[in-house]
Amino acid sequence: MTSLLTRRRTRIDELGGRSLTADALARLRRNPVAIVGAVIIGLFVLISIFAPLIAPHDAAAVFPELQRTLRPDSIPGSMPGFPLGSDQNGRDFFSRLILASRQTLIVGVLATLIGLVFGVLIGALAGAFGGWVDTVLMRVTDVLLSIPSLLLAISIAALAARPSQTTVIIAVALVNVPIFARLLRGAMLAQRDSDHVLAATSLGVKRNAIVVRHMLPNALGPVIVQATLTLATSILDAAALSFLGLGDGDPARAEWGLMLANAQSYLDVRPALAFYPAVAIILVALGFTLLGEAMREAIDPKGRR
Amino acid sequence: MLRFIVRRLIQVVPTLLLLSVLLFAWLRSLPGGPAAALLGDKATPEKIAELNTVLGLDQPIPLQYIRFLGRAVTGDFGNSLITGQPVLVEIGRALPATIELAIAALLLSVLLGIPLGYLAARYRGRPLDTTTVIGTLVGVAVPVFFLGYLLKQWFAVDLGWFPPSGRQAVDIDATHVTGFAVLDGLITREFDASWDALVHLVLPAIALATIPLAVIVRITRASVLDVMGSDFVRTANSKGLAPGTVRRRHVLRNALLPVSTTIGLQTGLLLAGAVLTEKVFVWGGLGTLLAQAIERRDYPRLQAVVLLGALVYVLVNLLVDLSYAIIDPRVRVR
Repeated sequence: MTSLLTRRRTRIDELGGRSLTADALARLRRNPVAIVGAVIIGLFVLISIFAPLIAPHDAAAVFPELQRTLRPDSIPGSMPGFPLGSDQNGRDFFSRLILASRQTLIVGVLATLIGLVFGVLIGALAGAFGGWVDTVLMRVTDVLLSIPSLLLAISIAALAARPSQTTVIIAVALVNVPIFARLLRGAMLAQRDSDHVLAATSLGVKRNAIVVRHMLPNALGPVIVQATLTLATSILDAAALSFLGLGDGDPARAEWGLMLANAQSYLDVRPALAFYPAVAIILVALGFTLLGEAMREAIDPKGRR
Repeated sequence: MLRFIVRRLIQVVPTLLLLSVLLFAWLRSLPGGPAAALLGDKATPEKIAELNTVLGLDQPIPLQYIRFLGRAVTGDFGNSLITGQPVLVEIGRALPATIELAIAALLLSVLLGIPLGYLAARYRGRPLDTTTVIGTLVGVAVPVFFLGYLLKQWFAVDLGWFPPSGRQAVDIDATHVTGFAVLDGLITREFDASWDALVHLVLPAIALATIPLAVIVRITRASVLDVMGSDFVRTANSKGLAPGTVRRRHVLRNALLPVSTTIGLQTGLLLAGAVLTEKVFVWGGLGTLLAQAIERRDYPRLQAVVLLGALVYVLVNLLVDLSYAIIDPRVRVR
């Protein structure tokens, strides 16, 4: 995405002006909120990429030397070779915490991406063509939006006989579809009546080309902002599904939402088991929210000086 | 006004119909159908076929839907697969608990959120503002259920200030009139029962109120800032009106319009959040019904609760639209 934006910028810079995108990016770089958000996300992505190298052990490996020390009223903390000690099942807590970053990122990114792709497709169709296509698509979208999002995710996830990572991703992604569809349709409608589209039409540019090359790129700004914010809500929604027993049932994979949900019954015994995953989720959600809000401010025409 | 209300109510009908079709289609689009999900690991083709006959799932799908709809219109949403009781009866029993919790959380978030958002805007850039803004950002990032457990652990288990779960202490013998525990005590003059119910409400209401509170604070702040920069406020100030009058009559009144819309939208969050909060505090409302339905794959109950949730959400937002006409004289109801 960055490369796309930079390429656009340089092209317009050569022409001697400063594009709206470049303007927004410049404002973003000056905003400390954006920088804090970007740093948090950067760290999170780095950790999840290099997770297998950082984590000393496997997520699923159970260690007898840890298991032996487990008592109903105590779970051992830091031990040699196990920086954060054991989890409730005798696995290395530190390794699981690190490896979970990857699963959490996968769930968040895929749920957002799938929601975005389908939402953009529906929104673009509705916005570009109008008429009965618009009416039908938007009616369905409105109905989906009329269900509180977590309730919708719950009802989708509960359909699966055995909950898995895939069902979590699908459930959260489906909740995101109508949000993106509505957003893009609005942006496309605004484009349809604009002067540059009228100009392109008068020049005889084909309808498809107008939609793809003239309308879509100009309507994408708010969608990218929404995607950043949606990454945060998707991760939180996935955690909520895990808490309700609709999360990834595979014990070999560690995921923060699930770790947090499973650690609730050990709050008395060892609060750290809940605290670390919780802090990780809060930080990541905060990072995406900060960056998203800063981006929203940056592309808002009211903020232009 | 009446015609407007009727027209908006009629618009709700297709929404609900389409929603029921979607829900219905989902439930039937399962690989193996609900029967396979219900039986779980014990599923064999014979058992699935048998259960399908019992549940009427061997009929053509359009026919199944029409039968479902016909019963739903008369208020029959089928029986819960867990308890065997009519789903509507179960919902009716659980509803007051959830409404009580949601109202408490909504009151908390509105009564704290609007003043806090207003003060943050008035002292923009000062420490109060910065702290509030950071607080709202962190507030929406905390998983509701984790916050619930934290509150429970600290204030109920460790400090013992509040009861850890439930709606009322077991040793209190309260008379039930409306099902709203606090109200019941007031009606029957059993004030100790009322007080006890209120004490039980505190922690769940705080947990449930966090996200709506954060959202209301942010919208109020943004909206007040917007209005404070507008021309009519400058005019009011320059013609020498007392600053207090300008703030009350010009700024606040106009700034609250977007806030009222937000409050309507928050009811959806409250319903969803209630599922998580109720599970933490063993509250016994709609959220508990839903959580059980999920665990045991009780589809009739799931379907009814989700439909009801959507209905409440749509109706509350309709009410908010109507209230616009009262708050904002510019909106003329057509």
